[in-house]
Amino acid sequence: MNVIETRELTKTYGKNRGIDKLGLTVKEGDFFGFIGPNGAGKSTTIRTLLGLISPTSGSAKVLGYDCVKESTKILKNTGYLPSEINFYTGMKVKDVIKYSADLRGVKCGEKAALLAERLGLGLEKKVNELSLGNRKKVGIVCAVQHSPKLLILDEPTSGLDPLMQREFFAILNEENKRGATIFFSSHILSEVQNYCRTAAFIRDGGIIMCDSVEKLEETGTKKVSVKTAEGTKEYLFKGDVNALLQNLAAQKVLDVTITEPSLEEIFMEYYDTKSNKAKAV
Amino acid sequence: MTILLQEIKQQKVAILIWSLSIGLLIAVCVLMYPEMKSEMDGVNELFASMGSFTAAFGMDRLNFGTLIGFYAVEGGNILAIGGAFFAAITAISALLKEEKERTAEFLLTHPVSRAKVVTGKLLSVYAIILILNAIVLVCSLLSVAIIGEEIDLGLVLLFHLAYLLMQFVIAGICFGISAFLSRSGIGIGIGIAAVMYFLNIVANISKDAEVLKYITPFGFCEGADLINDKALNVPYLCVGLCLMAAGIAAAYVKYCRKDINA
Repeated sequence: MNVIETRELTKTYGKNRGIDKLGLTVKEGDFFGFIGPNGAGKSTTIRTLLGLISPTSGSAKVLGYDCVKESTKILKNTGYLPSEINFYTGMKVKDVIKYSADLRGVKCGEKAALLAERLGLGLEKKVNELSLGNRKKVGIVCAVQHSPKLLILDEPTSGLDPLMQREFFAILNEENKRGATIFFSSHILSEVQNYCRTAAFIRDGGIIMCDSVEKLEETGTKKVSVKTAEGTKEYLFKGDVNALLQNLAAQKVLDVTITEPSLEEIFMEYYDTKSNKAKAV
Repeated sequence: MTILLQEIKQQKVAILIWSLSIGLLIAVCVLMYPEMKSEMDGVNELFASMGSFTAAFGMDRLNFGTLIGFYAVEGGNILAIGGAFFAAITAISALLKEEKERTAEFLLTHPVSRAKVVTGKLLSVYAIILILNAIVLVCSLLSVAIIGEEIDLGLVLLFHLAYLLMQFVIAGICFGISAFLSRSGIGIGIGIAAVMYFLNIVANISKDAEVLKYITPFGFCEGADLINDKALNVPYLCVGLCLMAAGIAAAYVKYCRKDINA
C-alpha cells in the first residue's frame, strides 16, 4: 500500500512556483528521505500533504485519504514535526504536550514522559524560554506520543546536537519497526544515507530522482581534491574507489582530500548526466 | 471544548485586567454619586446649555439627578468604550494570532477540522466577553449596594444586556475580519470599535444622520432610549445581529479554505 501518493501535484503562489507537477510515492513502512536545497519545494509539498495549503492542481493521497477533502482523517494517524516550531507563549512543556494529546483525543502521558526523559526534556520549563533544539524536542514528543501510522518530519535535526540527533533517529527507527512510515525532508545527504531506505531528490518544485538509498550509494559520487607540483585539481569521481586510489597512487601527490560532494554538486552531476543523455539521443 | 478552554486559560490575565479596570472604574463613579447628587441640578443646567455636545452623548434626554440617569451616562460610556475595545481586540486576534505567532502549524496539524477550530475560537471569544461582563456587572451591583441608593435593577440589567449584545456584534464583525488577516490586526479592531462609537455620536447630533444607528451597534445601547422605552430597540438590534452573523459566516467560509503559510 502507498502511504503517500501524489499525481501532478502543483502549487503556485501567484506567479511564483511552489511545486510543479510533483509525482511522489511512499510505500507503507518505508523510511523515506526527501532531499533538496532550500526553496526546492520540500516544505510546500509537506504542507500540501497535511492540508495546510491547497494544491493549485493535481491530487495527493495520504494514508488513502484525499489531502484536501479528508485532511482530518489524515491528521488523526499522522505525526508532524515542522522545521520551525513555535508554541503558545507562557505555556509549560508538559501543558503543550497534553494540549496536543487532548486535541487528538488520546491519553498517552506514559509514552510522552518516556520520550521526554530520553530526549532530556524538562517538562516544567516554559516553552518560550526554550532554545530551538529544545523546542524541537517538544515537537518530537508531540509528533510521536500518539504512535501514528505516518511520521512527517520537516528538517527535523536542525538545532539538535549530535547526541540528540542519534537519540532522535533511534526513536524514529523504533517507530519504523513498530510499523510507522517515516517521511523526512532534509538537505543533509549523510542523514538520508545513514537512516533512509528510499530517497527522492527535489529541485525547482519537481522530483528529479527517486530510488532506494542502496542504489544511490552504488552510483555514489566523491569529490576529489588533489594537490600536485603542478597545482590543485578538483573533480567529481563516480565509480570504483579502488580505481581512484590506484590512479592517485600512480601520481606524485602532495596532498589529497576525498570528501562527500555537496548536495548542489550532486545535483549538478545529475543534471550533466541528464543533458549528456539528451545530447546522445 | 479543548480549544475553548485553552483560549480562556491563555487569556485569563488579560480578562482579569480588562474586567477589573472597567468594573472598578464604574464602581468608582457610582461611589462618587452620593457626593455629586446635591450638585446635579447645576450639572443638569450646565449640560442643557452645551447644545449638541449633550445630545452627542444622549445626556439631553437623561436626568443626572437620578442614579439611573447618572449610571446610564457614566457607567454606560465606560462600558461602551472599554467593552467594545476589548471585544474588538479579543475577536480580531482570535484566528489571526495563530498565524502571527506561528502556532497555526501546530494547531492545524492536529485532527481538528478547520470548522471546529473556528467554532472553538468563536465560542472562546463569546465566553471571554461573557466573563468580562459578568465581572463588570458584579462590580457595578456591589458599588450600588455600598452606596445604598435605590435603583431600578431591571433597567441596570437591561443596560448590561444591551452592552453585552453590542460587544457580541462588534466581536462578530472583527472575528470575520480576523480570518482574512495573517499578520497584525489589533489596530483594525480598535479602529472598527472607535468608528462604530463615533458613528453613534454623529447620529445623536444630527437627525439626518439617524440612519447610522442601524449600522452601529451602539445605536441600541443608548441610555436615554433604554430608560424611556424600558426595552431594546429591536430594528437596530436585528441589523446588528445580522452584521454579527455575516462576520461569523465570513470567518467560516474564509478560514476553512485559507492557505496557512509558514
